[in-house]
Amino acid sequence: MWLCNSSIGRKVVMSVTGIALILFLTFHMSMNVVALISGDAYNMICKFLGANWYALVATLGLAALTVAHIVYAFLLTMQNRRARGNERYAVTVKPAKVEWASQNMLVLGIIVVLGILLHLFNFWYNMMFAEVAHISVPHDPADGFAYIKDTFACPVYVVLYIVWLVAIWFHLSHGFWSAMHTLGWNGKIWFNRWRTIGLVYTSLLMLGFLVVVLAFAFGVAPSLCCAA
Amino acid sequence: MAKNISFTLKYWKQNGPREKGHFDTREMKNIPDDTSFLEMLDILNEELINEGKEPFVFDHDCREGICGMCSLYINGHPHGPATGATTCQLYMRRFNDGDVITVEPWRSAAYPVIKDCMVDRGAFDKIIQAGGYTTIRTGQAQDANAILIPKEDADEAMDCATCIGCGACVAACKNGSAMLFVSSKVSQLALLPQGRPEAAKRAKAMIMKMEELGFGNCTNTRACEAECPKNESISNIARLNREFIKAKLAD
Amino acid sequence: MAKTLNSRIPEGPVAEKWTNYKAHQRLVNPKNKLKLDVIVVGTGLAGASAAASLGEMGFNVYNFCIQDSPRRAHSIAAQGGINAAKNYQNDGDSVYRLFYDTVKGGDYRAREANVYRLAEVSNDIIDQCVAQGVPFAREYGGMLANRSFGGAQVSRTFYAKGQTGQQLLLGAYSSLSAQVNAGKVKLYTRYEMEDVVIVDGRARGIIAKNLVTGKLERFSANAVVIATGGYGNAYFLSTNAMGCNCTAAVQCYRKGAYFANPSYVQIHPTCIPVHGDKQSKLTLMSESLRNDGRIWVPKKLEDAKKLQAGEIKGSDIPEEDRDYYLERRYPAFGNLVPRDVASRAAKERCDKGYGVNNTGLAVFLDFSESIERLGIDVVLQRYGNLFDMYEEITDVNPGELANEINGVKYYNPMMIFPAIHYTMGGIWVDYELQTTITGLFAIGECNFSDHGANRLGASALMQGLADGYFVLPYTIQNYLADQDVWPRLSTDLPEFEEAEKAVEAEMNRLMNIKGKRSVDSIHKELGHIMWEHVGMGRTKEGLEEGLKMLKELRKEFDTNLFVPGTKEGLNVELDKAIHLRDFIIMGELVAYDALHREESCGGHFREEHQTEEGEAKRDDANFFYVGCWEYQGSDDKAPELIKEPLEYEAIKVQTRNYKN
Repeated sequence: MWLCNSSIGRKVVMSVTGIALILFLTFHMSMNVVALISGDAYNMICKFLGANWYALVATLGLAALTVAHIVYAFLLTMQNRRARGNERYAVTVKPAKVEWASQNMLVLGIIVVLGILLHLFNFWYNMMFAEVAHISVPHDPADGFAYIKDTFACPVYVVLYIVWLVAIWFHLSHGFWSAMHTLGWNGKIWFNRWRTIGLVYTSLLMLGFLVVVLAFAFGVAPSLCCAA
Repeated sequence: MAKNISFTLKYWKQNGPREKGHFDTREMKNIPDDTSFLEMLDILNEELINEGKEPFVFDHDCREGICGMCSLYINGHPHGPATGATTCQLYMRRFNDGDVITVEPWRSAAYPVIKDCMVDRGAFDKIIQAGGYTTIRTGQAQDANAILIPKEDADEAMDCATCIGCGACVAACKNGSAMLFVSSKVSQLALLPQGRPEAAKRAKAMIMKMEELGFGNCTNTRACEAECPKNESISNIARLNREFIKAKLAD
Repeated sequence: MAKTLNSRIPEGPVAEKWTNYKAHQRLVNPKNKLKLDVIVVGTGLAGASAAASLGEMGFNVYNFCIQDSPRRAHSIAAQGGINAAKNYQNDGDSVYRLFYDTVKGGDYRAREANVYRLAEVSNDIIDQCVAQGVPFAREYGGMLANRSFGGAQVSRTFYAKGQTGQQLLLGAYSSLSAQVNAGKVKLYTRYEMEDVVIVDGRARGIIAKNLVTGKLERFSANAVVIATGGYGNAYFLSTNAMGCNCTAAVQCYRKGAYFANPSYVQIHPTCIPVHGDKQSKLTLMSESLRNDGRIWVPKKLEDAKKLQAGEIKGSDIPEEDRDYYLERRYPAFGNLVPRDVASRAAKERCDKGYGVNNTGLAVFLDFSESIERLGIDVVLQRYGNLFDMYEEITDVNPGELANEINGVKYYNPMMIFPAIHYTMGGIWVDYELQTTITGLFAIGECNFSDHGANRLGASALMQGLADGYFVLPYTIQNYLADQDVWPRLSTDLPEFEEAEKAVEAEMNRLMNIKGKRSVDSIHKELGHIMWEHVGMGRTKEGLEEGLKMLKELRKEFDTNLFVPGTKEGLNVELDKAIHLRDFIIMGELVAYDALHREESCGGHFREEHQTEEGEAKRDDANFFYVGCWEYQGSDDKAPELIKEPLEYEAIKVQTRNYKN
């Protein structure tokens, strides 16, 4: 199967899973923004996405995408390190054209994964896993709003989340156009278009997440005053 | 008018693919700055030979930037700090008095060192042999003007065909990937009607050969494009991806 | 002088010879082809195209090159283009006209039948290359574009930017690669041919050195083809690549192949001038620059003096004080006169003191007029890469506006000077491209056949590919047709043993001289002798002096050479020493031939033989022949001259005239 045994095939898998994850992030960001406006509305979504069969299936699908993306990343990186050989250059200079992110995608990816683990511990564990495993947790699993308030009341978490978002931004700033490039939808003209689209899109996406984190950290989310 | 410069030269010595290599250092004195980099190495070798030592070995041939034989990694750049130029087109006026100049071989698993900075790039030949051609029997071609090719297509194919097969892309790539080289040949032939009949077969065969030979994957860092002495564009790589994916989907 | 040469030119009118030949020659049937092995040495245009075509026909081909890949052969450096008699421009071109121009350009010293065949197959070459995917320049309608070139009044040159040689070579290389993939060609890279092995009077193999391991290896075959290029590097500074050498050719000469017309050496008019004594090679600026560039020196000697002192720049000299000497002397062809004429005219001006750089050995090539006429964009589109190359080397940008005098814009002119570029002389071959050694063939620059005393621009690529694709693969069959009765030879035969031992002994000899001088230092000295005494303007005294110096230099080489390291493993210096040994012999051969040829023709200019206007004066009564040299068994003995008389039936021999 060419998706497993050819380099371009493997990268197609990286690209497709990457794009799917970007779409998921888009959905996730839209959902988060709701929490800025209304806690009740947000909790409605949380209930809808709680331990229901479709949500569980979607979660498993999402996990599969993530795992595929990570496993392939390691496969490709291993192959690349082998190809590079054992001797390293004594002097290296990064050409101006080369984005820093592009050469550090794996490191960024690892930071992103650590962030995900933290995020799963903060939210998913309480909101879905606990319900499935019948573990008792501080709030009602469907009360996502309460978990947001709890988490971002802690400044350490806020900082960690910001670091995480920045890492995702860097990862996507390269990953977005790179995915299009790998899928062959690129050329001399489209190169700049995709890069711009990618940067704008990624920035909007991350801003959306960041606003929620900061709004709750500083207690200025409109939904907080309404709820109170 | 030329001025003279003096500098420290560190150059890589290695006896064979499996031997351990090291840097030798030498103070180079009063080198005219209108000397080419390779002529400076000629001066080094003349000095070494006069001292009864073996010369520093490196590949070079045409010395006008077209054969693709020269291959030195100078101060962190394949073909040195100049852009759009090969090592042999590099002149000493690019350097300053008192510089330390470090010369290394192309480092990549697919390019074993033969001696010092001479490496074996035979893998490129093997990739071309896998499919970098149109199958045409000598003397049986139709009249050259029978195939009309828009000027834009011909010009772009020419840009792709400008690749000199020096391997700077592989040397520059942190993944040791040969995608820029492969994609330039695939693109040249994919852009021309003569190359279309075998386009799918070619893309598949060349990619598979590239991997078999131990080159890495492209992660779109663009280092190859930045260092290519002939300014090959990574849009060729996108085209190669497209050709390959299309070919595989059609299977 | 009892020895005669049979050039085996077929019967019939010149236009029908090749057709007749092909119709009646012997062929090898497909099954027998599988039993026949051919060695092709060299992978340039001629070698790669021959190996590819022979492989495709079914022969087993062994192909050798000294570089790490066939694609590096020096054909790759040809810039300008390739001629063909397509008449795509509707400007009245024809096979006959290309044939005529080539013979005339060669100063009536080429063999008519060969040149006609060359012109005839030229069209097939273009078709072949286009089918391979060579991206020749095209017009907006999609048809192929052409440019004009020195020595012709029609536009018949096909080109791919300034990299035509590269594109044609990559085309041939791709066909070769296809045959390697098919298993019909076995490729040996970083191998150098050291000797040809002769069994029962026929070339039946070679001894080659694996340049990486240093080991000698034996290869046997039914025929040997050498396509190893020219001997320009005998002059040390030339436009040839550093690796170009004549060892294979000289070794064939030592084994009995005649060497023809060695004195015909082409000096290319548009090279970047020499800048210092550390220089390793000269860089060619494509002749195509002469299409739009105008060559000049100052009219006033005092301006030239100031230029030489660095007080003024070329762009400071206004139009009226410039001497466009080619346009002045040759109004009909102007800047597009053949290379030998242009080179000598530059030398003449510089000898008179009008040289424009610090050494006084350079003339200007100026684009001011064409930039004004066509716009900088068009000029850059045509020559941009050459301008870049020039700037990288000299730090001067020829596309940069430098001065304005009385409303006339002056751009930085380039500086150019002639340099050794191509050698028309080479191994003597008959019409079938076979040398005087049976079974040994020579193609491309390494034979002597098609260019006479001077080669026109864009004709070298044509000849290399003509020989490799369309001529040799046919003519070699006429020889191979009855060779399949011979069994494959074992390389254990005493002939192979002996040849290998001799090469081994030579290598030991060179390693054991253990003198004081590096190969390069002796090579530079050789270059000086050749340029000063056997260069552009030759005299009897100069040549005799040169010959004497060459003999002394050979003695110096034999007694004072130092080669570091051992002969085991890779030893670049040893390989260079072997090349140099043969460059010196080659130098002597050039001098012998130049000395004997008491006339001026094409690339050979004897100062005693010129008209009052300084044009070359041929002597058709006494020198209308190919001068072939036979080795006399030792490097110390003078070679013996054997003449192949030229017979012209289609063309009337006249004085070359590029004035009107």
